[in-house]
This record gives sequence, structure tokens and C-alpha cells, in this order.
Amino acid sequence: MKTSAIKSLAAVLALSLAATWNVRAAEPDPANWEQVLEKAKGQTVYWNAWGGSPRINDYIGWAAQTVKDRYGVTVEHVKVTDTANVVATVVAEKAAGKDSGGKVDLIWINGENFASMKRQNLLMTPGWADKLPNWQYVDVENKPTITVDFTIPTEGLEAPWGGAKLVFFYDTARTEKLPNSVKELTEWAKKNPGRFTYPQPPNFIGSTFLKQALTELATDPAKLLKPVVEEEFAEVSKPLFNLLDELHPNMWRKARAFPKNHVAMRQLMADKELDIIFAFNPSFASSAIANNELPDTVRSFVFSGGTLGNTHFVAVPYNATSKEGALVLANFLMSPEAQARKQDPNIWGDPTVLNISKMNAEDKARFASLELGIATLKPEQLGPMLPEPHPSWMNRIEKEWLRRYGVNN
Amino acid sequence: MLRLAPPLAIAILIGPIAFGLIATLLPAFGYFPALGGNSISVQPFLALFERPGLMRSVLISLSSGLVTTLVAISIVAIFVAGWSGTNAFRRMQHLVSPLLSVPHAAAAFGLAFLIAPSGWIIRIISPELTGFDRPPDLLILNDPNGFAMMAGLIVKEIPFLLLVILSALPQTNARQTTQITSALGYGRIAGFILGVWPAIYKQIRLAVFAVIAYATSVVDVAIILGPDSPAPLSPRLLGWMNSPDLALRFEASAGAVLQLGVTVAALFLWLVIEKAGSMIRCKFAMAGRRFTHDRIFKNAGIFSTGLAATVVFLGLTILALWSVAGFWSFPDALPDSFTMKSWLRSMPGLAKPLWNTVVTGLMATTIALIITLACLEQEARTGKTGGSRALLFIYLPLLVPQTGFVFGLQLFFLWLGLDATMVALVFVHLIFVLPYVFLSLSDPWRAWDVRYARISHGLGAGLNRTFWQVRLPMLARAAMIAFAVGFAVSIGQYLPTVLIGAGRLPTITSEAVALSSGGDRRIIGVYAFLQMILPFAGFILAGLIPAIMFRNRRDMRAA
Repeated sequence: MKTSAIKSLAAVLALSLAATWNVRAAEPDPANWEQVLEKAKGQTVYWNAWGGSPRINDYIGWAAQTVKDRYGVTVEHVKVTDTANVVATVVAEKAAGKDSGGKVDLIWINGENFASMKRQNLLMTPGWADKLPNWQYVDVENKPTITVDFTIPTEGLEAPWGGAKLVFFYDTARTEKLPNSVKELTEWAKKNPGRFTYPQPPNFIGSTFLKQALTELATDPAKLLKPVVEEEFAEVSKPLFNLLDELHPNMWRKARAFPKNHVAMRQLMADKELDIIFAFNPSFASSAIANNELPDTVRSFVFSGGTLGNTHFVAVPYNATSKEGALVLANFLMSPEAQARKQDPNIWGDPTVLNISKMNAEDKARFASLELGIATLKPEQLGPMLPEPHPSWMNRIEKEWLRRYGVNN
Repeated sequence: MLRLAPPLAIAILIGPIAFGLIATLLPAFGYFPALGGNSISVQPFLALFERPGLMRSVLISLSSGLVTTLVAISIVAIFVAGWSGTNAFRRMQHLVSPLLSVPHAAAAFGLAFLIAPSGWIIRIISPELTGFDRPPDLLILNDPNGFAMMAGLIVKEIPFLLLVILSALPQTNARQTTQITSALGYGRIAGFILGVWPAIYKQIRLAVFAVIAYATSVVDVAIILGPDSPAPLSPRLLGWMNSPDLALRFEASAGAVLQLGVTVAALFLWLVIEKAGSMIRCKFAMAGRRFTHDRIFKNAGIFSTGLAATVVFLGLTILALWSVAGFWSFPDALPDSFTMKSWLRSMPGLAKPLWNTVVTGLMATTIALIITLACLEQEARTGKTGGSRALLFIYLPLLVPQTGFVFGLQLFFLWLGLDATMVALVFVHLIFVLPYVFLSLSDPWRAWDVRYARISHGLGAGLNRTFWQVRLPMLARAAMIAFAVGFAVSIGQYLPTVLIGAGRLPTITSEAVALSSGGDRRIIGVYAFLQMILPFAGFILAGLIPAIMFRNRRDMRAA
């Protein structure tokens, strides 16, 4: 009796989860923009975006309200802690045969998550981003990371939303001599024990620090642009882990605990626990100063040998419910108006993906009137941009990191 | 109709747990066809045991469950033994009671803001006493052994256990017994522990088990205060459940089964502790020592209880302070300036979680209250209470670790097409709200003097009229308090909310815990402040409504 009940329940579960909905609506055609706008009206877009920063959440709230007022598209911000979880949702839906009517309409994404979704055919095809009306302003010429995301060609499967560059921050009231490479940083930490840390991988800022060190220390950086060759991994990653072994004893809490992300590092700097922090956003410190979150003596610096940089995007899953609405939102996010607001350090301070020279006078003025903020480096001071390694490196490095340092004592 | 109430209540309490457990067990043993698992295997467990630090996670979960419970119950027992019946006791009781309604996450945040190296305690004594002009590099929060997490759990379990004991106290002959023991020359504490405690413990045993189950499998407090490398078992399970690698679902389910095992193991170890405790007690009783000089213990009991309450209150105050703080540098005890900026900034984002929190809480609690009233009325009419078996059913959702069956429940709702709907969220909250509403209403309900009903019948009123016009109005205050308790429980739910709501139905609690990773104290302050103020509002309303209803009924006012 008991076993048969379990069996029938299992069968029901299996059947239901394996059931397929094969009805798929025709993909929207961004070339016919009028029709996209028409269909988008009244749709609700579930935008899955990292929700750990109130300021970014506010910006998303503003974009949602504007898109609602202008195009009648309702945008719901689903606040996620890790974009990998959103990928998991779409993977689960595909596994359950849910090929339309999915929970996710738009994802804030880049790098390994994009690579993973592209590889598993989880993105809306054919490429659409380069057919959106506002694509005309995008700086494809000068920003190679817009068309190649962590060595993976984007092919219009994701629309660029903002730029990122690894920048370090220090407090002029406490720190004078600045390191100029991860090696020098390790030496600096010996003299200033407990005043540096990085977010615990797989947090992406933490992983970015690992990749920065990996790239700087690699004897043959070209290897990093190709997928990991398992036989070579130990050798290529050896300098990185040697450096970490040296660095960890002099880190905050002797590396027995790590902050969860860069926002947590900011709080630790404000509390005077840390002296050098970093973020993937050049105006991070200026924004924080404007919001009473860091003292106004904090300034920025980069390594003269270069720091990692990339672009972040928005993408539409293949089974999204409100594809037209998602396109309307993606297009709005690429508009000079939305991009100028995003670059304002009082709002967010995220570098634009647009080429200002392509804009009309009115939009140029929006950017010209922006103050960079006292702690932000000018674009020409930001130093060379190191390319992101192939996404497989991130996965492999994170795994190795967990194996070595994930379990204390 | 009324006859159906008890079976319905039992179905709500047991059904989801049974379904959830089955839907956890099958994938744990490799059976989940949608993900390609068609045969039974132990592969998920093999993969699970290869996880680095798994044993450590298990040990942290196990030890924090036992240590938390042992410390909390010892403090409460000594406090009650040393002080019950005194004025100090009543004052402390009033101080501690409101803490029951503070969600675990809010209390944990408060504690974190207090005891961190950059927290308020070190600020207030720096630099004068410590010489620190910068926070010391000490591993206090998220320590690898989980001490901060245990402290966070202990300060929250003390009020719970105290109130449970208070409701058990009247059913013992505490007063007479302690009079006899003191006449025999026993010290206050010894007399109480030897004479009264066994009778109390028998009644509160299930509540103690619930504390063990909770502390071994807690997720939100562990995320805020617990270790990271590795984390305790339950938060790690949540991480695997949400991983992009779906194969991990099998492992997560196996982990959920392991979590069940850990909780069961903790309960078994507790039985051993119980045995040892009772043996020691017997030994002392037989030895006949009087322990008259127990002043130190007495003081320690009231000090620890008071400390726990103070820590939570102070922590909540600091939270509130951060929510209106301008720049606040270390080691300043107060911020440079005050600003409403954090509140204004949070306002637009607050509406939805606030709405979800209140609507879910009100609906789940209303349903729970109706079912409870129906069960109790049925019990009164038939005279069948269901006895200790029924009590076990009521405690069941509190005894099975949430991580153990809510994963499976999520799959079940997916199957019904109800995932991420309000209906599902209300239902899953109901599972956890119902026991508390029932437990807090059943005692006053049963204590009601049935002679009122006899008089009412004698005057010609039927069963229904007696219920609506005599019993319910007379017990309105108790019903409202039960409602407020249920509402507070709903507000505090974290794991069911994130899993069943699937991110689509954020509540104040799920948002607050999500923000904890950002470490932005001001915004955490805003959310945690709301977390604490909502249940308080519920209790204030629970007091006001009967007061207004019966404003011209002298004998219906609060005693």
C-alpha cells in the first residue's frame, strides 16, 4: 500500500515535470519596431537583476517607472543575489519542458553566465540587440568588450548596458604609499596586516580579483584567452595560488572570513577596518562619498600595468513570457537619456557603453553636464584594460579556490 | 461542518510535510525523471560526502543545536527557579515577552551591529578604554565555530522558552511544592529544580525539541551570523538548491535527508542529556544536600536573562539609529548627523514587500485562527481533546527541519502550477502559523469557565449562539493575542518565503536577509526596523481592539 502510493506520486511528479508545452509564439522582430512597441503594451517584464545595492535598485526602479509611463510596459525587478541562480531557473524550466511562458523575461548578465546560457541555447535567437533602434549610439568601434564578452562573441544575443573596470580605492587620511601590482599589494599587506581583503569567491568581484592576479602573473597570457586545458591548469595557476598563500596570512581576519561582496568592503572601509578596497566601477567611491557611506578623503587608483575591464549586458531567455516588453526595456536602457543618468555618480556612476560623438547636441549636453565626482579618475587615467580570461578559467579557479581555502582549519 | 475542522487541521499540518518529505527523498536517491534521474541510486549521497568540509558543516549544525538549547534552557530554568513569584520576576517577564515577536533575522542583525569589531559596544568604550582608534582585527562575526550564530539563537530562544514555561507553571503545584522544600531547608533554586522542574519539563518537552530542530537547521540567522567556510548544513543546502548546475538538486536533496538525520541525531543526543540531567538530579535529591547558598546562581540567572533581553533591545535600537544615520565614523558612539535619506531611498522599493508581508500574514493567520476556533469549539462540544497525539501533530511542523521538506514542497507546488503564487505562499506560511495560533489560544480557551455555557443554555441559547455571543466575546482578547502571535510568526518566515515565493513574492524578511550580503547598515537598518515594528503593531492592535470593543464593560477589561 505504502510503496504503491509513493510510486504513483513519483509517476505523477515525473509526468508533470516532463510534460511539455510546445506552443511557442513567433519571435519578435526588432526591425519592425512599431509592432514590437504595440505588442509590448500591457506586458509585464520580470527583470532578474542583482539586488544587493540600493542605489542600483533605485536606478532600476526609475527605469521601470519611465518605461511604464512611456510604453505601458510594467517592469518588476526580481532582486537576485547571484545571477547563476537565474540561469538555474531557466535551465530548470527547459528541463521541465516549459519552452514558453517562462518566469524570467530579462537578465542582467555577462561572462560565464552568458557563456553558459549561449552554450545551452537558453537565449532568444536570432541576435536582436544590434537591431534595436538605440544600437546606433553604441560604441562598438572603441569598446571591443561590447561584441566579445569574456572571449565569447555576443552576436546580438545580449544588449550592452554598462561598462566595468577594476579600480582600487584608498583613504588619503590613512594610506600614502600605494601598490602598483598584485605583487606589490602582497608586500603592502605584509606591512599593513589585516587591512586588505577580497569578497569570497564565487562572488564575481572576488573572482575578478583572482583573475586580475592570474592575468598579471601568467607567463603566457594567451593561454587564458582559450578554454582551460586541464593538464596545464596546475602550472598556469601556480603563481596565483602561491601569491594567495603568501597574501592570506596578512589579510583581514587572516583570511579566516571574507566579506560577501564589494558593498560589504565599502562598509569595512568606512569603519576603518580596511585600507584598500576595490570595485568594478570607477565611480564607486564618489557615489559612496555623496551618500555618506565613505569619508570624503577616499580616492581611486589603478595599476599601471592595467586592470581587468568588461561590459555588462541584458539578455532575454528563449522562453521569456514578455519578449517584446523585454526588448523595449533593453532598448530604453541603451538610450542616451538612461545611460547619462546611469553614469551620474549621484545616481549610480556606471560608465556608458555609448559613443558620445554619435549623439545629437541635446544628448551630448546630458553627458557634458555630468560631474565625475571627486574620487573618480578621468577616463585617460584609468590605465590599460586587461582582457577577461575565457569563462572556463573563472569556473576552474573558483573550484580550486574552494578546494584550497573553502574549509578553514 | 465543525466535525471537519480537526481532520482539516491535521491535514494542513501533516500533508505538506509528508508530500515534501517524499519529494525530497526521491531525488535524494537519484529519482527525478525531469532531470534524467530514472533509477534509484546512492550516487547523490556519494557526491554529497565528497563536498569539502561537509563533516564540519554537520558538526556545526549539530553542536549549535545542542549548545543553543542547553544554554537557553539552563538560563531560563535557573531564572524561573530563583525568581518566580517575585516582583523582579514579573518585571523581567514584561521586558522579555515582547521579544518573542521580534523575527530571528532582526535580532541577529541587531546583535551583529552590537558585537562586531566595529560594532557599538567597541565604539562606546573606544578609544578611551581600549586605545582603539580603528576596529581590532578580530573574528567575532561569522566565526568558524559558529559562536556568534549560537549567541544570536540563544537570545531569541530565551524569551520563547520562558513564555512556554510560564504557561506550564500554573499546571504545577509550584507554590506549595516550593513552600514545602523551603520548609525542609532547601535553597530556592534547589527546591524548585528538585520539586517542580520535572512537572514543568514534561509539559515543555516538545517546545524544547522544537528549539533543537530549529537551531540545527536555521538558515537566516546562519547567513547573517554563521560561519562561511564552511557554512552550517542548511544554508549550504539552500546554495546547492539554487545552483545553476541542476545535477546539484540531487545532491541538495541528499543533503536535506542528511539534515533530517542531523536533527534526529541532535534529538537523540538530547535524550541522553535529559537522562544524564535526571540522574544528576536524583543523585542530588538522594544526597539530601540543601544548596542554601545559591545567591550567585540566582543572580547569574536573572543577569543572563536580563542580558539577553538587553542585547536584543539595544541591538534593535542601534539598527534604528543606523537607518537614520549620516556619516558615522569609528569609534564615534553616535553618527555625525541624522538624515531620512535611507528611508526616502528605500520607500519606493518597500511598498511591494510590505504589501506581501502584511497580506500573507493576515490571510495565513486569519485562516489559522478560524481553523483553531473550529477545532477548539468541536473539542468543547464533544469533550475529545485528542490528547498528547494531537499535541504531537501540532508540533510536527516545528519539529521537522524546514530545509528537510520545503524543497520537496517547492517541487509539489511547481507540479500544481502554483509556484510563486500568493496562494502557495499563504499556504506554506499557514503550516507554520497554525501551530503557534493553536498553542497560544488553546490554554485560555480550555481554561474558560464552562458554567457560563450552562447558564447560556439554561437561558435557551443554542450551541452556536453561546459560541458567538458568550464564549467568543469573552475570549476575544485571547483570540486577538493568538492572532498577533501568528502574524509575528508569518513575518519571521524566511526559507519558505524564498523557496515558495521564488523571488517573485519578496517580503520584508526575505529582502532584509538578501540585503545582509551587501552589508549596507543603513538599508539593513530600515528593513530590520520594519521587521521588528510590524509584529509590535500587531500586538498593539490586539490589545486595542478588545479594549475598544468592551470600553463600556468593566469586567472585560484587561486584568
